[in-house]
Amino acid sequence: MMRLPPFRYIAPTSVSEAAKILKEEGPCAMLVAGGTDLLANMKRGQQTPEILISLSNIKSLHDVSNSSGLTLGAGLTLGSLLENDSIRDSHTGLWQAAGVVATPLLRNTATIGGNICLDTRCSYYNQNEDWRKAINNCLKKDGDTCWVATTSKTCRAVSSTDTAPALISLGARVRLVSADAERIVEMKDLYQDDGANYLQRHSNEVLTEVILEPLVGWRSTYWKLRRRGSFDFPILSVAAAVQTDGGGTIEDARIVLGAVSSLPLLSTEATEFLVGKKLDDDVIEETGHIMAKLAKPRGNTDLTPIWRKKMVPSFVNHALRELRGDDVRELRKRIAHQARG
Amino acid sequence: MSHREYSSDTFRIIGKPRVRIDALSKVTGQTLFADDISLPRMLHCKLLRSSLPHALIETVDVSRASAHPGVQLVLTGEDFPVEYGILPVSQDERPLCRDKVRFVGDPVAAVIACDEQTACEALSLIDVSYQPLPTIATVAEALQATEAPLQNYAEEHNIHRRLAYSFGDVDEALAQADHVFEDTFLYEGNTHMAMEQHASVAATDPDGRVTLWSSTQCPHYVHRALAKALEMPAAHIRVIACPNGGGFGGKTDPFNHEIVVTKASMLLGRPVKICLTRQEVFYCHRGRHQVTMKFRTGVNNDGKLTGMHLQTLLDGGAYGSYGIASTFYTTALQPVTYQLPRYSWEACRVFTNKPPSGPKRGHGTPQPRFGQEVQLDKIAEKLQIDPAKLRLGMIAPANSLTCNFLKVGTIGLAECIDRVVSRSGWKDKHKKLPRGRGVGLACGAYMSGAGTAIYWNKMPHSGVQIKLDRSGAVTVYCGATDVGQGSDDVLVSLVTEVLGIETIDVKCVTGDTDLTPVDLGSYSSRVTLMMGNAAIEAAERARDLIASAVAEKLEIAVDHIGFAERLVFDVEDPNRNMTFQQAVICAEEKHGTMATTGSYAPPKSAARFPGGGVGPSPTYSYTAAVAEVEVDEASGVVEVTRIYIAHDIGRSLNPVQVEGQVIGGVYMGVGEALMEESGSRRLPPKLSDALVHDNPSMLEYKTLTMHDMPEVCVDIIENPDPNGPFGAKEVGQGPLLPIMPAIANAIFDAVGVRVDEVPITPVKVLKALEMQAAGHDARVGPKAFPNIEWPQAMFVLPPWEGGDGKASNRPERKRAAKMHTMDKVKGASEQT
Amino acid sequence: MSGSKKVQLHLNVNNEDMHVLVESSKTLLEVLREDLTLTGTKHGCELGECGACTVLKDGKPVLSCLLLALECEDAQIETIEGLADKDQLHPLQLAFAQHGGLQCGYCTPGMLMTAKALLENEARPTRAQIREALSGNLCRCTGYQQVIESVEEAAITIEETENSAAGVKS
Ligand SMILES: Cc1cc2nc3c(=O)[nH]c(=O)nc-3n(C[C@H](O)[C@H](O)[C@H](O)COP(=O)(O)OP(=O)(O)OC[C@H]3O[C@@H](n4cnc5c(N)ncnc54)[C@H](O)[C@@H]3O)c2cc1C
Ligand code: SF4
Ligand code: FES
Ligand code: FES
Repeated sequence: MMRLPPFRYIAPTSVSEAAKILKEEGPCAMLVAGGTDLLANMKRGQQTPEILISLSNIKSLHDVSNSSGLTLGAGLTLGSLLENDSIRDSHTGLWQAAGVVATPLLRNTATIGGNICLDTRCSYYNQNEDWRKAINNCLKKDGDTCWVATTSKTCRAVSSTDTAPALISLGARVRLVSADAERIVEMKDLYQDDGANYLQRHSNEVLTEVILEPLVGWRSTYWKLRRRGSFDFPILSVAAAVQTDGGGTIEDARIVLGAVSSLPLLSTEATEFLVGKKLDDDVIEETGHIMAKLAKPRGNTDLTPIWRKKMVPSFVNHALRELRGDDVRELRKRIAHQARG
Repeated sequence: MSHREYSSDTFRIIGKPRVRIDALSKVTGQTLFADDISLPRMLHCKLLRSSLPHALIETVDVSRASAHPGVQLVLTGEDFPVEYGILPVSQDERPLCRDKVRFVGDPVAAVIACDEQTACEALSLIDVSYQPLPTIATVAEALQATEAPLQNYAEEHNIHRRLAYSFGDVDEALAQADHVFEDTFLYEGNTHMAMEQHASVAATDPDGRVTLWSSTQCPHYVHRALAKALEMPAAHIRVIACPNGGGFGGKTDPFNHEIVVTKASMLLGRPVKICLTRQEVFYCHRGRHQVTMKFRTGVNNDGKLTGMHLQTLLDGGAYGSYGIASTFYTTALQPVTYQLPRYSWEACRVFTNKPPSGPKRGHGTPQPRFGQEVQLDKIAEKLQIDPAKLRLGMIAPANSLTCNFLKVGTIGLAECIDRVVSRSGWKDKHKKLPRGRGVGLACGAYMSGAGTAIYWNKMPHSGVQIKLDRSGAVTVYCGATDVGQGSDDVLVSLVTEVLGIETIDVKCVTGDTDLTPVDLGSYSSRVTLMMGNAAIEAAERARDLIASAVAEKLEIAVDHIGFAERLVFDVEDPNRNMTFQQAVICAEEKHGTMATTGSYAPPKSAARFPGGGVGPSPTYSYTAAVAEVEVDEASGVVEVTRIYIAHDIGRSLNPVQVEGQVIGGVYMGVGEALMEESGSRRLPPKLSDALVHDNPSMLEYKTLTMHDMPEVCVDIIENPDPNGPFGAKEVGQGPLLPIMPAIANAIFDAVGVRVDEVPITPVKVLKALEMQAAGHDARVGPKAFPNIEWPQAMFVLPPWEGGDGKASNRPERKRAAKMHTMDKVKGASEQT
Repeated sequence: MSGSKKVQLHLNVNNEDMHVLVESSKTLLEVLREDLTLTGTKHGCELGECGACTVLKDGKPVLSCLLLALECEDAQIETIEGLADKDQLHPLQLAFAQHGGLQCGYCTPGMLMTAKALLENEARPTRAQIREALSGNLCRCTGYQQVIESVEEAAITIEETENSAAGVKS
């Protein structure tokens, strides 16, 4: 049986208490929400906190409010997010992304906060301790070579969160609270291009909520590429959101690629290209090419990087056609193994 | 003899859909799997596994680990001087490596401690110093000269074994054919990934006897290996096979951990348990060999085969395991599916620094089945013959001999083909669906039990005992092991049927070497047939004992005594009867204490050439399948939308179970066709010598989820075979065989590309589509078969050319087989 | 010996209150199987990759291998051992037994618990809903088809029993 190494467990009941412990204990303490990422990583020795600060007793983190816009507590499970029909209608892309995370069982404990902060992944890293020892470890943990890009000085582990691209496409922001300060950060600025140090979040901060402004005239969608209809992390994802006027002309757009880099990739070029246009076939085609240029998949996930890169234009196509109103349900089921939505 | 009439009309139990006898204990969570066992004072064991793919062990220092609080014992290779292995010809394993490690994951030391976590901690305190050796990652490397072969008994370089046989003059047959097709295929290795991780618990009694509970499919072989490796009389060792949480061949070898905990328990006088992690299960492996194969097949314009030449190359991984048998199986069963006038083959297994391959569902057969069925599709295409019709024209007559002297019994293949063709609407679909959608057809045949044991002996392959007494209770004992296939249910239902009682009246004790007569184990689809025949024999003997007593008591002729509904009665006047319990009391009065036995050994094979022991079976099952697919041309993603399958089972003993086995086989076949693959990863050689398992987890080793499983339409063809119990044949492995090629053929029908490789990933399909778009040969697959120096083929004349099943000289060519080759082949026949 | 401090934990398992002293690093899976001897709950990976360890926590199916036992303080846990009501099997258990919903039975406890939660939310699920709900439970034996059929049969039985019970009342 894979077991957890010993650690000290603390379950504060308020954010300020949690932030205080984080500050006092320093980097040897980590927050645990659903634990579906962290506990598995700890069993494999990828992450080795001495203290776990559980967020599950902090009631305020489970709140959802949609008075003006939408505010999601970081402790909201993906399962309960999916039960919320108004999110399905107003923030379709987020709802779809949440619905294809892992498995239904994992989604019942997995939280949105944990999903946003999900550790980056790599097939040289997400392995047992003895396996990693057999390759002499790697840059991200205990080693000095990146096996995916041997000349690289930075880790290229893959941002594999499903909800982050969707949230970025919806213009989400997050609230980060530490013992001494509090700040709100745009989701698009939360990540950085370093697989070992992928978050702009300071290690003493608690991510308390996700803030979404009211969305008027926006439609959004999420397409995930993976081998199977369940379990699998994305090996490419496309989150697309467009705001159109009554006549279908695009006023604003955000297209984000997930799982083809160490951070979700929001394309400003695509936004500039799309604004003022309608989603006709040529525009959609061209957007696909713009997005493909951005993708930097590497050989550390399932299937091959070349193939994953080739999939970008067609996935962007599917997503934009869906936003245009085409019926792509069959395709979604067949290609993206995505039944919902 | 009592009155006997077995037919579908009179069966009360057989052939009726029924709740299997172990179902309720499984749905309530009461079934105890090996890891569910917990004994007083039990300790826990963990193994330290090699982090190098190939290295000499210089020193193992366990002093720090031994001193760790909570640690009771640390064992190393020094504690295990004797080698073992499943086949007598490859005794190349040690419970813990002594001089050398051969793959990342090879066990080097064991810690036994108060709990698992403590044992894990102590593992990191063991200091091993290694001297690295060059590593072999691929079959191509294994064929090359090396200074440090993995195994010192390799024939040459890292070649484990080369075999060559010729059944008739194939060159001549190909020369005379209207067409000769030459195709090369690759079938990647894959693994069983049973849901249950292997676990074992050993306990020693103060008299020095030891008991091992284990998740094993073959308690008898574990028993033998323990006796050998621990240098102990087998009579003092008891092996109990727990219900297996799935096996699929992955629990048929005796494993390191089983021997280690047994030894540890004896040294400590306390129970010791081990449960492997999932990663360790991937290291134990013994899964499907990667096979490269080349077919040269002669065909006439009418679609009749004239002969076939097959070459196979197997990646064996680091140890022998069942490898020699696997090697034979990549060739031996080819002539069973379709009639083949002449057949020659060459097969080679090599060692590489990877977890050892062995038997997985279909053992060695799915790979060449894939090759031949795809090649037949190409032949049908070229000759403009419907693929179903082509195959229908190649079916052998029932009760005939194949060119390699396998005796086939009933053959329901034509009916299977007809059934899937009509049910799938084949004629309206094949070549007629819009681009992107397609159908493909393939067939297969499989043994109902290997005709020869793993080690040469003249004893029964399966034994059954029945004990009955005045309580009316019947207990049936057999060494067979339920791995989920439902063998306990088969055992009980056969005895129940013969004795005319209810399944609840029959208790069953299986897989316990102290209590049960030997059965060789749950492999090669042998249990239903072999155990079943032994069970019927034992039950009929019991029935005769009872009948004679009742006949005397009620003054009825013994051949008028019938058994049904818990009554023993006069078949002419059923009102003259007594209850089953009363009848047993009568019998106990008359005969004294009662127990009966039954045993089964397969009929003698017609093959009398060395190596002819692999392939014979009392009877063979047949299967045909049609796969329906949709291919997305932008991505190469293949969706299997439906599988139509018909399986010739002889007789269906419990239709619910039979259907379940068929669907389960289809499931695994679809997985193998599309995604299952156990790979290895070598790091950039300039920077690292590492060679590791590519995907040792359930997340990375892709298997179908409920979302990915197509709908399956099952037809069961019943055509009782006289060699099967009440006519039954196997169903556990055969239904998997046609699935992979049927899917490959359907992809061709859909988009006109050939992926001559398994698994057929979207990457490969897209590549083939791109080649097609560029006007190239739209095929992805191996370009050539490697050059191998083959031994002189053993020549056997097919029956229809006057052959008698013995090896002979090739007519008019008069090339004498080299003596050393013959010796080796003889060695092989002994173990198979 | 491993050093985690032991902590007192209160759980309600299958309607029984349980107080156990557990190491804080233990998962619910380990506590159920090792401290409470409820070995009916299985494990195939302990990393969230198979679904064999599924139990219900406050009515929701969750993976006990990735759930700290301490996170279950005061929770209602249901395991396979509590699925039958004394000697009355749950309709799902009967349906799995009758329709080939199990072979080796190793994935079965997890499947059954997941299916139970599904039927409590969705009395007559469609095939698509069943596939989705059970898509986190791997099975290597059955090929899933008979599992799906078993769930459908159980749903019918439950509905019929409820209808006839309602009929008696009215
Ligand atoms: C088999 C399997 C398949 C999976 N498939 C997918 C998938 O397809 N897509 C996907 O996106 N994920 C997948 N996951 C990963 C994981 O289940 C989800 O990402 C989940 O949402 C993580 O949430 P959690 O609450 O369990 O996170 P935890 O494990 O509790 O935490 C994850 C990380 O976030 C940090 N963290 C958590 N909450 C906060 C907070 N409020 N503030 C600051 N830091 C915080 C933790 O310290 C930790 O580093 C999979 C996991 C498994 C085991
Ligand atoms: S990308 Fe490189 S450094 Fe990062 S986890 Fe993978 S191998 Fe290690
Ligand atoms: S044991 Fe595999 S998911 Fe929990
Ligand atoms: S019944 Fe064996 S794994 Fe599902």
